[in-house]
Amino acid sequence: MKILVPVKRVVDYNVKIRVDKETNAVDLNNVKMSINPFDEIAVEEAIRIKEGGKCDEIVVVSLGPEQSKETIRNALAMGADRGIHVKTEHSPEPLLVAKVLAKIIEKESFDLIILGKQSIDDDCNQTGQMLSALLDCSIGTYASKIEIENDSFVVTREIDGGLQTIKLAKPAVLTTDLRLNEPRYASLPNIMKAKQKTIDEVDPADLQIEMQPKVVTKKVEEPPARIGGGKVESIEDLVDKLKNVSGVI
Amino acid sequence: MSILVLAEHNNEILKEATKKAITAASKIGNPVHVLVAGADCANAANDAASTEGVEKVLHAENSQYKNMLSEPISELLIDLMSEYDYLVSAATTNGKNILPRVAAKLDVSQISEIISVINGKTFQRPIYAGNAIATVESSTDKNVITIRTTAFETAKDSKSTAEISTIAIEKNPGLSEFVEEKVSGGERPELTSAGTIVSGGRGMQSGDNFKLLESVADKLGAAVGASRAAVDAGFVPNEYQVGQTGKVVAPELYIAVGISGAIQHLAGMKDSKVIVAINKDDEAPIFEVADYGLVADLFDAVPDLDKELGKIQK
Ligand SMILES: Cc1cc2nc3c(=O)[nH]c(=O)nc-3n(C[C@H](O)[C@H](O)[C@H](O)COP(=O)(O)OP(=O)(O)OC[C@H]3O[C@@H](n4cnc5c(N)ncnc54)[C@H](O)[C@@H]3O)c2cc1C
Repeated sequence: MKILVPVKRVVDYNVKIRVDKETNAVDLNNVKMSINPFDEIAVEEAIRIKEGGKCDEIVVVSLGPEQSKETIRNALAMGADRGIHVKTEHSPEPLLVAKVLAKIIEKESFDLIILGKQSIDDDCNQTGQMLSALLDCSIGTYASKIEIENDSFVVTREIDGGLQTIKLAKPAVLTTDLRLNEPRYASLPNIMKAKQKTIDEVDPADLQIEMQPKVVTKKVEEPPARIGGGKVESIEDLVDKLKNVSGVI
Repeated sequence: MSILVLAEHNNEILKEATKKAITAASKIGNPVHVLVAGADCANAANDAASTEGVEKVLHAENSQYKNMLSEPISELLIDLMSEYDYLVSAATTNGKNILPRVAAKLDVSQISEIISVINGKTFQRPIYAGNAIATVESSTDKNVITIRTTAFETAKDSKSTAEISTIAIEKNPGLSEFVEEKVSGGERPELTSAGTIVSGGRGMQSGDNFKLLESVADKLGAAVGASRAAVDAGFVPNEYQVGQTGKVVAPELYIAVGISGAIQHLAGMKDSKVIVAINKDDEAPIFEVADYGLVADLFDAVPDLDKELGKIQK
């Protein structure tokens, strides 16, 4: 079995971002960037499947600028086998990412594609679902458990009401939720080894995809600030304020 | 500008989230039609038909729609979308699971979790866990949109009843099969529609200690929520999680107990009307968004709160 794991380079989840009023965009200068946390979970899951003897090769792919190679290296250091870097100036919208991924999958076939359920920058939550449509294959979003059977995957999903288990035909696209696993840290020897692994470069122009976005961002603003910081001294005080000042109980 | 809304229901009535999606759809344009697909869901179709703003209900009855699996429902929607300009749904796990699959087949982007409609092509949506608001414009004729339920009112009941048309499209790609569902349910209101929420974090120390919060919640008619740390530690099930990657809520009153207030948690609750924080660390970031912060040990404060609320009830 071959597994493809798409990964995205995003602002680190610990960073509190700032909107630049002049450029009308999120200020990305000198901001720490990391692999999208959900994608890291996807890489970890692929590695565990391989360690369980059910996968022969894990390929990671990333779309983005030159620095996206670091994100790929990161996944290779965790234990993925080989990388593909699709060079784009920015990270394109989910539909375009899905189209690029579909083209790559057309060239070398994969039995399983595992993605993060959402990237923590644009919070779109679309790419995996879109890819499954373009491939006409099954989709299992928000996975918290993946079991592999001969020609199918049994996937437990986190849904609004609780947990749902479904059985999906192979090949399948799966997206990860937080509780699927806890990603490992790459060890120093593995970081060194990852430097020898191949990363192929792909020019999107060679894929014959019209890279024009269908939705454009007109502006980005800060949300209205919430004025908090009020304190109460005791529970009596709290209950009194909730009842008589705010009128919410 | 015809709009199709994908409904979620329990066979009897529409989910409140869908009634909010109907409100958002009415802001985009009209006519608004609602698809009620399921097995044995005629009553839910009737409920849709008597909701304000709905001009027509499409009722699709088939066992393959029972569990809202993405593949058969998307197939149905893709066919129906030849007649519509917009597809709208609430950004629930079902909406988020199904709509992008339809969008890709229509060769359009999806506009995720909008919080306002500026015009038929321009919308606002939060990015970076709600730390920025993007205004986005679509250039396609067809549009697929999910809505953040906290940003729209629930559509009211209507005095008139809309036409219900039965549709029978029974394509099933046969790629997926339902195995089982574990839904906790219970007596308490649902998190996303509750007027009051009492949430616990890692500070609760165990699942057993959540009983303290449940007792308070019972007195307030509230739902119980949690931080990711409390869910990861196994104190409560996953559906309790509030935040960027859990549920986004905006009740009248949100009480955060033993929760530090990480960006990802704030993303899911900072639009609540009144926020109360109980935390023993006076520098916890949750206090920055709280209207009423109490610096105290929760194991003293929560039982006290429970007692005080008991007094009011009598
Ligand atoms: C990709 C990603 C997605 C995430 N999504 C979410 C999400 O959707 N929702 C979410 O909540 N988090 C999410 N997180 C996690 C988030 O970053 C925090 O780790 C999490 O919210 C912390 O939970 P907590 O506040 O319960 O725990 P902690 O940060 O450990 O805080 C515990 C608090 O309890 C207080 N406390 C302890 N004992 C007591 C006591 N006896 N009395 C009073 N106070 C006490 C402490 O002072 C502390 O402030 C996400 C993280 C990542 C990386």
